[in-house]
Amino acid sequence: MPNSTLKRRVKFWTGNETIAEAALVAGCRFFAGYPITPSSEIAHVLSQRLPMVGGKFLQMEDEIAAMGAIIGASLTGDKVMTATSGPGFSLKQENIGFAAMIEAPCVVVNVMRGGPSTGLPTALGQSDIMQARWGTHGDRPVIALVPAYLDEVYTETIRAFNLAEKYRTPVFILIDEVIGHLSERVDLPFDDEIEIINRTRPSVPPEDFKPFDTTWGDVPPMADYFSGYRFHMTGLNHDSGGFPTTDPALCQSENERLMRKVDANLYDIIRFEQTSIDDVEILVIAFGSSARAAAVAIADARSKGIKAGMFRPLTLWPFPEKEVRELAGRVKGIIVPEANLGQLFYEIDRLVAGKCPIKRINKVGGVPIYPGEILAQIEVF
Amino acid sequence: MPLKYEKYLRVNKVPNMWCPGCGIGIILKAMLRSIETLEWDKNEIAMISGIGCTSRTPGYVDANTLHTTHGRALTFATGIKMARPDKHVVVISGDGDSSAIGGNHLIHSCRRNIDMTLIIVNNNIYGMTGGQFSPTTPIGSRAATAPWGSIDPPFDLGMLCKAAGATYVARGHVGAAAPLERLIRGGMKHKGFSVIEVMSNCHTQFGRRNRLSDPVQLIDHIAAKTINVREAAKLSPEELKEKIIVGLLHEEQREEYCDAYARVIAKASASIIN
Amino acid sequence: MTGHFEARFAAVGGQGILLAGDILAEAAINFENLYALDSPTYTAQVRGGPTKVDVIIDKSRILFPRTTAIDFMLCLAQRSWDKFGYDLKPGCILLIDPFLVQQVDEVNNKVYRMPIIEITKNEMKKMVYTSAVALGAMIGLTEALNVDSVLKALMKKAPKGTEEQNQKAFSVGYDAAKVLLKS
Repeated sequence: MPNSTLKRRVKFWTGNETIAEAALVAGCRFFAGYPITPSSEIAHVLSQRLPMVGGKFLQMEDEIAAMGAIIGASLTGDKVMTATSGPGFSLKQENIGFAAMIEAPCVVVNVMRGGPSTGLPTALGQSDIMQARWGTHGDRPVIALVPAYLDEVYTETIRAFNLAEKYRTPVFILIDEVIGHLSERVDLPFDDEIEIINRTRPSVPPEDFKPFDTTWGDVPPMADYFSGYRFHMTGLNHDSGGFPTTDPALCQSENERLMRKVDANLYDIIRFEQTSIDDVEILVIAFGSSARAAAVAIADARSKGIKAGMFRPLTLWPFPEKEVRELAGRVKGIIVPEANLGQLFYEIDRLVAGKCPIKRINKVGGVPIYPGEILAQIEVF
Repeated sequence: MPLKYEKYLRVNKVPNMWCPGCGIGIILKAMLRSIETLEWDKNEIAMISGIGCTSRTPGYVDANTLHTTHGRALTFATGIKMARPDKHVVVISGDGDSSAIGGNHLIHSCRRNIDMTLIIVNNNIYGMTGGQFSPTTPIGSRAATAPWGSIDPPFDLGMLCKAAGATYVARGHVGAAAPLERLIRGGMKHKGFSVIEVMSNCHTQFGRRNRLSDPVQLIDHIAAKTINVREAAKLSPEELKEKIIVGLLHEEQREEYCDAYARVIAKASASIIN
Repeated sequence: MTGHFEARFAAVGGQGILLAGDILAEAAINFENLYALDSPTYTAQVRGGPTKVDVIIDKSRILFPRTTAIDFMLCLAQRSWDKFGYDLKPGCILLIDPFLVQQVDEVNNKVYRMPIIEITKNEMKKMVYTSAVALGAMIGLTEALNVDSVLKALMKKAPKGTEEQNQKAFSVGYDAAKVLLKS
């Protein structure tokens, strides 16, 4: 029977529940976490659901331990996830860098609250986006997804696992507290609309296997621990065999390869949505709950005859640079509303490079940006 | 027939990077002999380390090996063991790695009683980072960051692990390799969280600053302070001052964590069927 | 229902009103194929303090997830009015418990008074039915959704063995609302 005659399954979930349910569908079988508001409900759901499917749930002694545990489990071949919020995201940074270095697939959810420090535990913030980009020391590739609607949270969570597996790298899901805690209608995709990607396992026999063998491309096939492929992994710079090296040329080429895994695959990783863009004069660039406010503002502006439109990244990192540069060349102005004091603005400002004026709407304090606040800026541009 | 260690080593990775005379070699060999006696399959062993001199050990061992971040080895090991409870998990760590930066993970691994073997190479100093005092440096000893003598009271790691819930706690020293091997083997055989603290020598960093810069001299110095746990039982606390009690310090049977989680899986699975 | 409807249920922690939001939203989604969204106060932090749940129902995908023009508000405590009495559309139907709420904006809102807590106590004997009574009252006043849809959603959410009582509670609220409308 064709899909059009079938009814989609509809759920009423919170954002956090949606992430947990989607993770299970993506194949997540291992979760380790530490209690923290506003992400804890993800752990609540998975502590109940994972053992039902033979998966494992661990509540660790701290955020650092939770990050370590999922990387360990990832090495055994499991699809893994952890979830946290600002302070916990800070604590996880070292091991996030480790996962990037040993190229262990894993998904890290950050339900963003107000900051800095303990900040506003029960209210939204969008101020961890640069931390996601730069938080751990050293250069490393970054993939961060920023879904705004819950059916999108569902599909993007599955995509996060796919990207982690495909590119052997940590993938972040950044939602804000508003999205995490609201309950909303979720229209689930049909089974045949869901693509599941698993990491590539080695095709060579164990004696020929090297954990960082780039014969087949920038993403080396990955063997599971205990599968007969005995290998070494280290957070030190390492050679293709996984053993420490200080050879400058090798360190350089391997670090460059890590970055290239993402940089050379932007077409596959970057997703965005454009609204009313064909004749756009005033462009709003926003993500998460701020983008949902912008959507209303743009509809209202259009009804007043103002040619407003929106560019909404679904992949925040790597940022859709090409698209924003192109748009900047043909609009009168850009507005960047965000629940922080100007983080996305810096990225946009860098890309626009003076081609058009940029206005920023920066709101912290835990209350989301309202459509009227964006509309007011559109009207006076 | 004596064990050919090559069977368990990545021979193309030696010579190793440790200082000549380092006690880690004695400990590594005791570990490998234990593995041989227990007939563990190399494919079924994961060996995990954190940061420090000990952390380089897994690199030389032909198994599933992982060199992680400072203090965090037990967290990665916990993930590996939970994911594959039927496999053997061994963690090797130092005194600073396990009890300072990794202290939280240490006590909670003990508490969970997850089945793995932790070997703590206690040389009373941070060796690799340049001889700073550690949580086990004796009061009065000199270190790079204690030029006037350390004032920090040291941990008794055996007592700490026992109190935190480890179900196998032993202490050996590098001056007595055969008893050390027995203690390690006992820990590997034990189902639950096993800690074997090994008093070892860092003549390079600890010895040099404390007039014990010759490895043999330092190992002798350690050996002279040791007293077997059975002998120690006959002595007063006053007589035991300055002594290092060695042997099997504690052993008990308590439900292992992966077994406990298997019960959770059974309950949760049953809830679907019903 | 017209294209877009916003409701707010405001009370204090412990009155169990947050459940009403979920039931209303699930009724809209599951039984009327509408879009709905709710966002409750995060209760772990407000034990006994003012709590609310906002529900938005729409014929199409809901964009902004917060209320901006509330059509119906229920208020079961003066403190809740003081804290949450904003974002109301002019002419908002405001249902208050007169024993618990003394002072509200009567100029811009259509105020109805129903002693919901007393009614629940007398008719249902157990306060857990407050949210069902409130839901009944809300539907009685607004007819925002079909009675059948809300009842179905209520039955789905009701703990086993309490279905009949919940249904009764809903009717009690609904009937009381109809009486209010006539007077």
